Amino acid sequence: MNVEFEQISFENKRKSSEELSVIAREIRRDIIKMLVTAGSGHSGGPLGSSDIFTTLYFNGNMNFDKQNPLYEHRDRFVLSAGHMCPVLYATLANAGMFPKAELATLRKYNTRLQGHPGRDMGLPGIETSSGSLGQGISIAVGMAMSDKLLDNTEKKVYCLTGDGELQEGSVWEAAMSAYHFKLDNFCWIIDNNDCQIDGRLKDVMDVYPIDEKCRAFGFDTVVCDGHNFEELQAAFDVFLNNQKNKTGRPTAIIAKTFMGHGVSFMEDSYKWHGMPPNETQAIQALEEL
Amino acid sequence: MEELKQYGSKPTRFGFGDGLVTLGERHSNVVVLGGDITGSVMTSLFKEKFPERFFSIGIAEQNATTIAVGLALSGKIPFFASYGAFCALRNADQLRISVCYNEANVKIGGGHSGISVGPDGATHQVLEEVAFLRTLPHMTLIVPCDYEEAKKATIAIGEMNGPAYIRFGRSPVPLFTTPEHPFEIGKAQVLTQGNHVALIACGSMVWEAMLAAEKLAEKGIHARVINCPSIKPFDFETITAAARECGAIVTAEEHQVHAGLGGAVAEAVVKNHPVPMEFVGVKDSFGGSGEPEELMIKFGLTWREIYASALIAIQRKDGGSLTATRAIKEVAEYKG
Repeated sequence: MNVEFEQISFENKRKSSEELSVIAREIRRDIIKMLVTAGSGHSGGPLGSSDIFTTLYFNGNMNFDKQNPLYEHRDRFVLSAGHMCPVLYATLANAGMFPKAELATLRKYNTRLQGHPGRDMGLPGIETSSGSLGQGISIAVGMAMSDKLLDNTEKKVYCLTGDGELQEGSVWEAAMSAYHFKLDNFCWIIDNNDCQIDGRLKDVMDVYPIDEKCRAFGFDTVVCDGHNFEELQAAFDVFLNNQKNKTGRPTAIIAKTFMGHGVSFMEDSYKWHGMPPNETQAIQALEEL
Repeated sequence: MEELKQYGSKPTRFGFGDGLVTLGERHSNVVVLGGDITGSVMTSLFKEKFPERFFSIGIAEQNATTIAVGLALSGKIPFFASYGAFCALRNADQLRISVCYNEANVKIGGGHSGISVGPDGATHQVLEEVAFLRTLPHMTLIVPCDYEEAKKATIAIGEMNGPAYIRFGRSPVPLFTTPEHPFEIGKAQVLTQGNHVALIACGSMVWEAMLAAEKLAEKGIHARVINCPSIKPFDFETITAAARECGAIVTAEEHQVHAGLGGAVAEAVVKNHPVPMEFVGVKDSFGGSGEPEELMIKFGLTWREIYASALIAIQRKDGGSLTATRAIKEVAEYKG
């Protein structure tokens, strides 16, 4: 299947929900094209979290410079759920961090778009390697400690984990320390699609209630519809206020999403966690999007 | 052979603690993470002097290791120290993926290494971590022989770029190198000249190798004692030269005999110049409680085993006048 990636680059400033949905749709289309070209990879999580990434990168929440990815005063994003990297790659490409045509190299030999993010490949916007679940969040906490406690900067650190990832005990070690060090510059986003490879969370290992756990760990916790841009932005605003007013409270955003959102035959199905579409399915998905 | 000079005893962990303070004075971006046993692994010295650059992470070694990565990716030089059982093995995946795959400038200080931990027993006597750590891409791994070398090695890993691990011990060990004695990452040092057998050791076993060489000299056997603190990167040149010029090798380490220093030497020797080798180390068993000296004897980690192994290695080399039987008998008599 021949796919083409349209070279467009979106601005990062406050937008209407309609404008954001255009970007999210482009990211989802890119994800489908990347995965059908790669022939392997994760569909469900990336499609389901596209609205979160759109809000984070294109609505003025993340401070970054596409001309200078290592810009000293940039905010940093850590994808703790490394397997969801297709959505991050598509987001970064649509933000103008690298040419969109490179998305076609996902998972290919010598690519900068590794199957799980590899910092050694030097892809702009990839702050750390990740893929072994539960580690990225501790790395993000370390970054936030450095920015706030040692360098006394206004920089922010965002981290996205999955919800199945919460079964890794070290996630809660990280949460404990974000509270202990009063990291109001730290925003933890949980993509709560209730799916993992083997099934529903409660059937594999029940991690609920996630919101009560986050509150018990000292987080200013917001639960929102992860497909509603206004709700997502309101949640990010809670974080921005904590950071701006130096409340000393870290923020947790529990975004309720549907795995595979936007593609009817993938929506809310854990079977699509780790599977790419075949050509027929990709054509149908692109038509729907 | 050169005269042996011992001037006192001191634990290598003291060298780590003092080295950290020196680093803190030299570099404002050196930070230290504590894992609740800061007095034991001597990071307490840094904590007292630079409280604003010390962070207590609690009993959470996986978190501490990965927080260190976040600090390193922000331009800091983080050190995290705990007991090797917990900061080399419990956090193994964090070291592999977050530290080494990222090539993050994270430094780990692993205390309570080897059997000489003493009364704490098997759970705390880590004997396997060298084997794991030396397989990690980008990792630098140093096992210093005494206080001075531990201090120099701590400073050296702090001033290089990339992941590094220093292994140190709890109990006092003989102090025999000086502040002037050379130390370089990637280099082994020939301590005594000799061509009959090479005794290659690291950590606490270097001094035992020196004692073994003294006893061998009494029998007219000239041993080349090599201190090999840099397990990775490894000094292939010095080790290969020892194989070529001595023709027989004994390795000695306070670690499992498998896949540690002995393994590294064997890999180098097999590839470059195969010669008979004997291995002194813990023989595929866990440790136990006791006084350090008792345990070192029980687990066969003294000059006597090195001495006996040297005789066996030489006999294997040339089938000469010295017999393995005699050597083994001497060890048996000693053990009573």
